[in-house]
Amino acid sequence: MRRFLFPLAVFIVLAGFLAAGLRLNPREVPSPLIGKPVPAFRLAQLQAGDKSIGPEDLRGKVWLLNVWASWCVSCRQEHPVLIELDQQKKITIVGLNYKDERAAAISWLNQHGGDPYMVSAVDADGRVGIDFGVYGVPETFLVDKNGVIRYKHIGPVTAEALKTKILPLAEELARG
Amino acid sequence: MVKEIMNLPACLQKLALALRRLLIVLLLTAGLQPVLAADGMAQPVGDPVVEARVNKLAEELRCLTCMGQSIADSQSSFSSDMKREIRDMVKAGKNDKEIIEFMVQRYGDFVLYRPPVKSTTWLLWGGPFLLLILSLAFLLAKLRKRRGQAATELTETEHQAAVQLLGKREGDRP
Repeated sequence: MRRFLFPLAVFIVLAGFLAAGLRLNPREVPSPLIGKPVPAFRLAQLQAGDKSIGPEDLRGKVWLLNVWASWCVSCRQEHPVLIELDQQKKITIVGLNYKDERAAAISWLNQHGGDPYMVSAVDADGRVGIDFGVYGVPETFLVDKNGVIRYKHIGPVTAEALKTKILPLAEELARG
Repeated sequence: MVKEIMNLPACLQKLALALRRLLIVLLLTAGLQPVLAADGMAQPVGDPVVEARVNKLAEELRCLTCMGQSIADSQSSFSSDMKREIRDMVKAGKNDKEIIEFMVQRYGDFVLYRPPVKSTTWLLWGGPFLLLILSLAFLLAKLRKRRGQAATELTETEHQAAVQLLGKREGDRP
């Protein structure tokens, strides 16, 4: 029996590694931007095209930057969650309308229950998205009062993620 | 209905004809495919020196949306945006290190196909060598043990048992 002990131990260790590997989501790449200042940008607003928006306008606020697009299928899933979040008036939500067309974006908002964003910035060529390390839509960043990125959520924002991670952290940042 | 029923040879003939047509179509489309693919990749024809550098850099970078493909291999919109950024930086006269640094700042080390050697990655780089040394040591120990075993003399009782099994006479012992 003893000669089986060593292979068994090797097998168990290997199975442990593989089990841990299976649980990782390869699409969730940790962002190197956590703890760094928001990339600078100045973009036209979606609803009022003659006005612009940049991170400086949001200093002193804890805010969410939600990257979205009318062509993004998963965005439909998170949209009701964002609308509900907006109605609670707990946090400012800023949109980054990523590689989209203005008309398509506005009609998408109207079709899907309204505009939860205080303002959406138009990133038509996706350059600001690259500065944020966006590689899939939707992605959401939590930014503190000093304009430092504190958290990144990849994929649709869920009520669960808001309750367990995003909002508690936002409250803490608002107090601090 | 009766007209529809054919005899077997006619049926086979028809099948052969259909197969030949299929073969011709396949050969034609096979010939066409590379042309179509090249057409799909159509990029603004630029300076070949710039394009060569863009491609070399793109091969070092992972396409984050497609998993297991480099930016050079992938045709996703993410990769074409990345190539556009790289092209612009090459044209702006940035060196390779600056361009790679730009990508790492935004997407992290994961974007690199060759991660840098640092405290968090030493196991990744050293692991295979460590495993090699460990298994060689194991093999060596095993071999040494086996050689030791072969050299041991039989005890008297073991010898008796062996003689009995082999059915030989006692006097045969060397």
